[in-house]
Amino acid sequence: MTCWKVVKSVLVLCLILIPIFVWMIVWNGPVHYLPYYLPCPEIFSMKLQYAEEKPVQLFPELFYPQPRSLDQKRRDVLTLTPWLAPIVWEGTFNSELLDSAYKPLNLTIGVTAFAIGKYTMYVGRFMESAEKLFMKGYRVNYYIFTNNPQAIPKVQLQPGRSLRIVPIKKYSHWQEISMRRMEAINRHIAEVSHQEVNYLFCLDIDMVFHYPWGVETLGEMVAAIHPGYYKVPRSQFPYERRSSSAAFIPDNQGDFYYAVFGGLVKQVYEFTRACHMTILADKANGIMAAWQEESHLNRHFFSHKPSKLLSPEYVWDDTKPKPPEVRLIRFSTVNKDYREIRD
Amino acid sequence: MVMKKVLILGGILMAGIIGYFSIQHINQTSWEPVSIQHISQPSCQPVRQTDLNENFSVLPRMSYRQPFVDKPQRTDVLLMSPWLAPIVWEGTFNRDILNAQYRQKNFVVGVATFAVKKYIRFIEGFLGSANKFFLSGHRVNFYLFTDNPEKVPSIKLAPEKRLFIIPVQNYSRWQDISMNRMDIISNHIRSHWRYEVDYLYSMDIDVQMFEHIGVEIIDTLVGTISSWLYTTPRDSNSYERRPESRAAIPRGEGDFYYAASFYGGSVSEVYKLTTACFKGVTEDRANGIEAKWHEESHLNKYLLYHKPTRLLSPEYYWDEELIRPRIIRVKRLSSVRKDLKEVRF
Repeated sequence: MTCWKVVKSVLVLCLILIPIFVWMIVWNGPVHYLPYYLPCPEIFSMKLQYAEEKPVQLFPELFYPQPRSLDQKRRDVLTLTPWLAPIVWEGTFNSELLDSAYKPLNLTIGVTAFAIGKYTMYVGRFMESAEKLFMKGYRVNYYIFTNNPQAIPKVQLQPGRSLRIVPIKKYSHWQEISMRRMEAINRHIAEVSHQEVNYLFCLDIDMVFHYPWGVETLGEMVAAIHPGYYKVPRSQFPYERRSSSAAFIPDNQGDFYYAVFGGLVKQVYEFTRACHMTILADKANGIMAAWQEESHLNRHFFSHKPSKLLSPEYVWDDTKPKPPEVRLIRFSTVNKDYREIRD
Repeated sequence: MVMKKVLILGGILMAGIIGYFSIQHINQTSWEPVSIQHISQPSCQPVRQTDLNENFSVLPRMSYRQPFVDKPQRTDVLLMSPWLAPIVWEGTFNRDILNAQYRQKNFVVGVATFAVKKYIRFIEGFLGSANKFFLSGHRVNFYLFTDNPEKVPSIKLAPEKRLFIIPVQNYSRWQDISMNRMDIISNHIRSHWRYEVDYLYSMDIDVQMFEHIGVEIIDTLVGTISSWLYTTPRDSNSYERRPESRAAIPRGEGDFYYAASFYGGSVSEVYKLTTACFKGVTEDRANGIEAKWHEESHLNKYLLYHKPTRLLSPEYYWDEELIRPRIIRVKRLSSVRKDLKEVRF
């Protein structure tokens, strides 16, 4: 009986002393806990020295037709977004005028494209057409990301243009490959391309150039409008609609559905970093966005509006019939059997 | 006896445990987490984070009508120059989106304006309307240059607007007063405006605002299309044509005719513009020639070869003497009716 009393009294003592002890700790300072940080590559916080950014400056004397204030060349399409970013259509710009301003700046433009697994078969056609039609007359670096460097064919390049093959890992699912592109581009910019190029475009490899793609596309942050959704109301855009995803956009919001992006190397770096963070956030929550990184791209462009938009001429799908507003198709997909090449 | 021993033992045990933890507590004021590589990096943020980079302007959720690619807002006017600079007309932009983008950046805009001799009478109208309509809700510094600081009426300005009165010399000829503005602006940018403001605009004092002029005007180099000459072909534009003048533009060249009453841009671009224009003015004076429309001719030459990154439609400076056609849907800023002969001399 006395033992039981002793045990009781010791227990009571503990019950009183432990809260006092805890209170002492809490009173004296903040309780630190281990925050949940995502696995984060070291490069995300690197301070990068970018290749010198050159603003557009002097336009030398040149002869071209006078722009007239009341004479709009394209009355059938939207040429300015509500935030006053130009939408580049054929007829809205003068290539010689722009070339005369950009050529003296000695720019280097980078292109990234991913050729993983069977997609290496598209590299040849992509590069041959790019040599003839992409940024003709400028220095271009092609960065082809692949898991199979030997499969990349040797293509004859013009002087001032170079091909860099970037080896990367192949993931098992094509969705994973698609989403890891943001991380790969971001890492590559941090390690290599921020010192080599001024502007960077991130294109798909399974496409071909048909008409010139020139310096009218250069801008701080550039996005191309997806050819399948430029006429439909925003509730039909294939945004991610589940609110648990970081790429969620509600039904009554959204400007355009974007496909391809590019811009100043600095902006592309920040943009890919942001997209990769949101992709990781979704992974942590066990959800994958409807169109993988394209959904995250669109979410990001909704809250960080691009400074220039490219019309669907710049990223077209050949399976669609050509509407009258799209006067030229500059860059479009190659017909393929998805089942055959994806896995 | 036994009870006492147990109590004593229990007490010593408790004291030992508490002592152990207290010592740890004294040595470190918190439970420090195990050092992991990426925690020290400030850019690795916890899971949900919206504002990742100060260069991007993150927009809050807003609702507005969807822009449709096949439905242009205006088909009666040119909305983009051939070098892809937007031309700002009513109906083409959504000021809420622009305001949301601008607000995050904490910019300060400066406005330089000159009220010399009889032009002092326009100060009240200018400042009163600018206070209400010019970049309302955003920080603006008005730099008012005058030869008669005592005569400046006191006007109550909104809290984010400030007025600086700067004394300036007056000249006998009104043309000289007008042309020397470039030099004065250039000097002030170099001496202190580049530390005070991010964007600078030069405006005439003899104007009044009737509609909001907002952040759609903010860009690196901005020119306003003249309300007299927005429809004329380049060869009949009022460019200076005499090759002896530094402001000469040869026939066959020219985009638009820009008004010198309202131009601006980033502080560095305006510095380059005003320095180049005033250099032209000085060289012309040395050669005994004066350009047809004074500093406006020099401005037009500069903007022909250094294309503006944004153009403002004639809504942004409408000359009161003109009848306003329907394509000018809104008259935001317009000159005040005055007798030129009386006020200039």
